[in-house]
Amino acid sequence: MAQAKFKIWRGTQDQGEFQEYTAEVGEGMVVLDCIHQIQATQAPDLACRWNCKAGKCGSCSAEINGRPRLMCMTRMDDERYITPGETTIVEPMHTFPLIRDLVTNVSWNYKINKMIPRFQPRQADAPDGTWRMSQEEVDRVQEFRKCIECFLCQDTCHVLRDHGKTEGEMFGGPRFMIRVASLEMHPLDTADRLPLVKDSLNIGLCNITKCCTEVCPEHIHITDNGIIPLKERVVDRFYDPIMWLFHKIFGDKQKAEPARTRTALPVIHEPAAKS
Amino acid sequence: MADYETHEHDVLVIGAGGAGLRAAIEASATGVSVGLVCKSLLGKAHTVMAEGGVAAALANVDNRDSWQVHFADTMRGGQYVNNWRMAQLHAQEAPARVRELEAWGAVFDRTKDGRILQRNFGGHKYPRLAHVGDRTGLELIRTLQDHGIHQGMSVYMECTIIRLLKDGDRVCGALGYYREKGRFVIFKARAVVLATGGIGKAYKITSNSWEYTGDGHSLAYNAGAELIDMEFIQFHPTGMVWPPSVRGILVTEGVRGEGGCLRNSEGKRFMFGDIPDNYKPQTADNEEEGFLYVLAEKFNGKDSRRPPELLTRDHVARCINREVKEGRGSPHGGVFLELKSFAEWMKKRVSSFDADSHWKKKLPSMYHQFKELGNLDLTKQPMEVGPTTHYVMGGIRVDGDSQMSKIPGLFACGECAAGINGANRLGGNSLSDLLVLGKRAGEYAAHFAKDHGAGTIHDDQIDEATRWALSFIDEPKGDENPYKVQQDLQDMMQDLVGIVRKEEEMVRALDGLQQLWERARKVRAPINREYNPGWHTCMDLHNLLTVSEAVTKAAIERRESRGGQFRDDYPKKDSKNFGKKNTVVWKGADGRMEFRWEDLPPVPDDLKEIIKQQGEGKLPEELQ
Repeated sequence: MAQAKFKIWRGTQDQGEFQEYTAEVGEGMVVLDCIHQIQATQAPDLACRWNCKAGKCGSCSAEINGRPRLMCMTRMDDERYITPGETTIVEPMHTFPLIRDLVTNVSWNYKINKMIPRFQPRQADAPDGTWRMSQEEVDRVQEFRKCIECFLCQDTCHVLRDHGKTEGEMFGGPRFMIRVASLEMHPLDTADRLPLVKDSLNIGLCNITKCCTEVCPEHIHITDNGIIPLKERVVDRFYDPIMWLFHKIFGDKQKAEPARTRTALPVIHEPAAKS
Repeated sequence: MADYETHEHDVLVIGAGGAGLRAAIEASATGVSVGLVCKSLLGKAHTVMAEGGVAAALANVDNRDSWQVHFADTMRGGQYVNNWRMAQLHAQEAPARVRELEAWGAVFDRTKDGRILQRNFGGHKYPRLAHVGDRTGLELIRTLQDHGIHQGMSVYMECTIIRLLKDGDRVCGALGYYREKGRFVIFKARAVVLATGGIGKAYKITSNSWEYTGDGHSLAYNAGAELIDMEFIQFHPTGMVWPPSVRGILVTEGVRGEGGCLRNSEGKRFMFGDIPDNYKPQTADNEEEGFLYVLAEKFNGKDSRRPPELLTRDHVARCINREVKEGRGSPHGGVFLELKSFAEWMKKRVSSFDADSHWKKKLPSMYHQFKELGNLDLTKQPMEVGPTTHYVMGGIRVDGDSQMSKIPGLFACGECAAGINGANRLGGNSLSDLLVLGKRAGEYAAHFAKDHGAGTIHDDQIDEATRWALSFIDEPKGDENPYKVQQDLQDMMQDLVGIVRKEEEMVRALDGLQQLWERARKVRAPINREYNPGWHTCMDLHNLLTVSEAVTKAAIERRESRGGQFRDDYPKKDSKNFGKKNTVVWKGADGRMEFRWEDLPPVPDDLKEIIKQQGEGKLPEELQ
């Protein structure tokens, strides 16, 4: 069994440091296995979230060597993320306030979710009191509904991460653009959430860098299939698009403080999968 | 008593998976105040892991289906030791609960004519599982979550309950701690609903997450409720076996429902060689018929019978176990599950059939899981699979209509409650169970809260529990590592009270449990109350030990093989002695676990008649 070295962030929002650990790495092990091993043998109070360990619950989000990843889906032998022989750095998501070690306070996301009016179906129209929808009609929203709420897209979104747009003129973030899209594009839904998307979730702040799409463990086309069509709907209804772009490019010069005081490592965007 | 954060609700729901959420939604809808406590973040509960679908006799794909057939299938799968009333209500009400989900925004896969699509699953006579690819649980929990948050309930996330509080006989609240700061919190409640899930973490190889430590079972037991059927544990036949770090992660039954074949190292489809008599009339005896069944609608094969891979989970798991034990396993101690045979069969019929995109569409998360964790492309290569601890049929004894336990005001639903599944649960019946019986638990808990005043919280109970909790960090009685004790427990339960059981091994397990209890009293964690998983493990360990003891005791007493209990020393079903009884354990006056047998409530004649019609002319007593 090979040994792997880790530097793991230990501490709270106010103070902390990277500490070094070593794990024995067996075949097929993922980063989360190493964290568990370190917990069981060296650091019993190392805080981390996890549940399913199969990429389905979205609890174990962290930044591994600077990349937002699910720890349970990052194999130690995957050279896209782990460099053999080098120390692996594991730290909490940067965008959210730190609770302890690898655990962040993601409650902001739950608040945003609650702002979105729930599904409101049209009157049932089939004889049995239900509805008829074809598979083709629901394919699009089913893609969005694959979201496991790992919040890695929120973590990597520079509007939230670097510009700290979590209050005031805040940005709802890619996760909730996708959630709105899943409702707005639902064949049965009748509610209108475009004013919310425009004025409260400020979809205009997204400038389509697609970082969110790159980190999505469910491979949802967040930008292309969700945010851009929503932007088009907002623009169609509310704006002359040319004037809107001009305003956004030249009008918004103030730079907000970063959300976190701890020095953030630069996010390295995921390279394409090896064929 | 110290001054702890206190919340007051009419109904407190402990556990926020499907059952807890559904109960909370129902209780809120009646206008009472509801608190919902989640051990993790909201929406992360184990329900997200449910893959295959939710069983409901909607009859969208095969119009011969009805609640009666679903009821009879559930009873047959449970080997007739189910609570008939729960099985009846479940089968009758499941279709309405599924339609309701659609009205709340769930987006199920569709039939050609635009209705909810249903798929085949083990033990279900007709295609019955409403599904969304292989991520049905996620769809279900997200739908309930996004509906529930607008119902006015208060949600307490990352909060673990360590005691139920009682006022005389009745329950009057609960005490817990927040993971974040380790602060205690008191909930006063007129009624409490337990929906805490299962006990999988008592075993080494399991599909369950860290949360599955039998909390609700143990809370109820310690408060004076009874646990029944604890010997019945479902070992899901297909968990991943390789690489070692993913051993136990679930491979959905949907793979077999969509045509997956189990083969041993000799390439033989061994399930064809072992079809139990009571399933022979409805099981295919040749490959052609089995494949035809998978796509019966497409090829007009409605009368074809299902392939033997879709026999009940207890049986398939044991067959896999046998193949491995007798030296016909795969390289890493499982058997092969392959999709190639079905794809080749399809290709002969539909030349345009594209296996690659077909499986990616039907089984997207399985594809992803094997690709990323196992370096394997399931559209091309066979998977290696073996049994994994998946579900406990046993649990808190509750009333079939109201889901109330023996303790006034204490309700239970979902996996932590017992009865509906008997000796073995059919795949897909747990998602429908948590919708149907979760709703009922919420409804009756709300009624109870309206009819009863608030109880009084007694300080001595709070003091005892908080002292106990803090002892592991402030005044540890020893230097045991909680993770190590947990691991030793898991190893022991896996080896001695696992899929194949023997009296002498289980008696050894009881001794082992005594030693583990001793060690569990001496565990310690670093002095730190903030998000300290070591400390949390110290406490969870006591729940795991309680449920492990209950499983072992009940399994020793049931000297026969039935469903989730397989005894090497009593390999046959013994209906004369055990066919009409449930095992019951409870906490005796001296604190020790007591055991007794209790007769099953008799099945009413009209339901007997249904079973007879669906069971090839036999009454339940002849089938037991």
